[in-house]
Amino acid sequence: MIRLENVSKIYPGQGEPVIENLNLEIQSGEICVLVGESGCGKTTTMRMINKIIPHTGGTIYVDGKDISTIDATELRLNIGYVIQEIGLFPHYTIEKNIATVPIEKKWDKQRIAGRVKELMELMELDYDAYAKKKPRHLSGGQRQRVGVARALAADPPIMLMDEPFGALDPITRMNLQNEFIRIQARIKKTIVFVTHDIDEAVKMGDKIAVMHQGKLVQFGSPQDILTRPTDEFVENLVGHNRILKRFSLIECRAINPSAAVYKLDSERAEIIRRIENFERTSSFPVIGIIDDDYRPIGYIPMFKYEAGDETPIEDRIKKIKPIQTIEDSATLFDALGRLFSSSERCVFRMEPGGRCTGIITMGDLFEAVRVNG
Amino acid sequence: MANTFRWYDFILPVVAVILAVGYALYVLNNPTDAMVAGFVTPDRIISSLITHLYLVGVSMALAILAAFPLGILLTRAGFRKFAPLVVGTVNIGQTVPSFAVIALFVGILGIGERTAIFALWVYSLLPILNNTIAGVSGVDRSIIDASRGMGMTRLNTLRKIEIPLAMPVIMAGIRTAVVINAGTAVIAAYVGAGGLGEIIVTGLTLARFQVLMLGALYAALVALMLDYMLGMVERLLPK
Ligand SMILES: Nc1ncnc2c1ncn2[C@@H]1O[C@H](COP(=O)(O)OP(=O)(O)O)[C@@H](O)[C@H]1O
Ligand SMILES: [Mg+2]
Repeated sequence: MIRLENVSKIYPGQGEPVIENLNLEIQSGEICVLVGESGCGKTTTMRMINKIIPHTGGTIYVDGKDISTIDATELRLNIGYVIQEIGLFPHYTIEKNIATVPIEKKWDKQRIAGRVKELMELMELDYDAYAKKKPRHLSGGQRQRVGVARALAADPPIMLMDEPFGALDPITRMNLQNEFIRIQARIKKTIVFVTHDIDEAVKMGDKIAVMHQGKLVQFGSPQDILTRPTDEFVENLVGHNRILKRFSLIECRAINPSAAVYKLDSERAEIIRRIENFERTSSFPVIGIIDDDYRPIGYIPMFKYEAGDETPIEDRIKKIKPIQTIEDSATLFDALGRLFSSSERCVFRMEPGGRCTGIITMGDLFEAVRVNG
Repeated sequence: MANTFRWYDFILPVVAVILAVGYALYVLNNPTDAMVAGFVTPDRIISSLITHLYLVGVSMALAILAAFPLGILLTRAGFRKFAPLVVGTVNIGQTVPSFAVIALFVGILGIGERTAIFALWVYSLLPILNNTIAGVSGVDRSIIDASRGMGMTRLNTLRKIEIPLAMPVIMAGIRTAVVINAGTAVIAAYVGAGGLGEIIVTGLTLARFQVLMLGALYAALVALMLDYMLGMVERLLPK
């Protein structure tokens, strides 16, 4: 889909190339992450693909065609573009921002309106609340959602994303990463994703291209990069705690929770039985409580049961905290983060529809790495 | 909302009109002597005012027509390097005292309206040019990057993104130019182009305070009102 052949770049007035003989092939429907230290040439590489920066050596093919034979505007209209600074047009409404490329492509009004609605829904932006607002009225996370929606507007087969989540706070970044992975599973774009954060690279990438001083030093799957770094540079980049990094390769849905979950109303008798029969040695220090619609309510920490203790179930339940849930598409790493930041003993694993599919404890995370690693 | 007007937005024009009409009526009804009475007539006030507005209007329009496109051109990739040179040159025109400019051009364009308009034009160029360049080059690079990267053409990026975002700064330049222009326009009287300056000059020549004051008051109010009106226009522009 995208192929770079011996590509080099020398900026005007400089002797040294910033990109040297770069060879890279990105398959259709894959996320290829360019990762490396700041200044290693990731942005330059990405921007050569949509001709914002002209390459000075080699050939770049998009969809089999040498881009030097394609008109820059035409090329760009078919490549989504997301940057860290987002670059929303401050004088346009959210609606009009998202419609930028369709307007340039002269779609008719009705088609544009329909597409904008569809995209805002996809990016979980409330149409009625935000369509007519200006970017300054949105939070950083919402703005970046608009940035992604805008890039997807004309359904381009290719997306270029330069540190798209780099400026967001960790929780917002994690949510957007997870959502984007979920969306990508559906839309199957060919994506060049730039980041300096190896954790993000491992999490987002189908393939990772590690760059160092303008050269490609390793290209492979996240597993490859983590388990078989080709040289000392990659080794240092992925860090020494590679076990921990593997946490971001496994999704929460792969976990087999050890703790049980009960419905508060219909399984009350079972809950009471569990409380009364609890042994200290039990490997299940908590049980999860949900309602009959599988919505999480909270959890009960288990202690040795004193005979005659009549504390009602409702008083034993520790109510769920807002950050104590995790999407089943999120990684173990994210779940670990939620465990720490909620300072609770478990988090609730949720399906997209809002159903709880189990509770995850610290022990489950390590077991999942052991089994899946 | 910035676009809705409140009653206090209209204090300035109301006060200005009351002052202008009130002082004119006062002088017309209580002239200090026959010389004042002979000179100050409603017709003369109105025709001086119209000539004044005409000189300001024409020279401003020409200044915008010249400085705005020039400013835009000087922010384009190939021409950016000439910006300091051009701004410097225009700046010289601005620094030379207005009387000197007029005197210089009387020699070339002769006495009359054309010389006055030319001098006022020279005076109005710099603020518009400067602010156009500053406004357009002040637009956040990442916004331009996003626009070009998504496939907007250069022209559309300029038309839809850069100019609208630079508009507040450009408008500020135009307002500055109008105030300078309307203030300087009184010297048109010295080249026989008429305007409110004629009333002031007559007031000085005849040593009649009422006449002098009338001209000065009207010239000041015209500058204020033009600035005010542009401010209103700016508020009505979509944000
Ligand atoms: N417009 C430019 N002119 C000259 N040098 C540049 C330009 N843009 C980037 N560089 C240089 O090229 C190198 C790679 O930059 P960049 O691609 O932005 O790196 P990264 O995105 O990996 O941080 C850096 O050394 C940077 O200083
Ligand atoms: Mg970069």
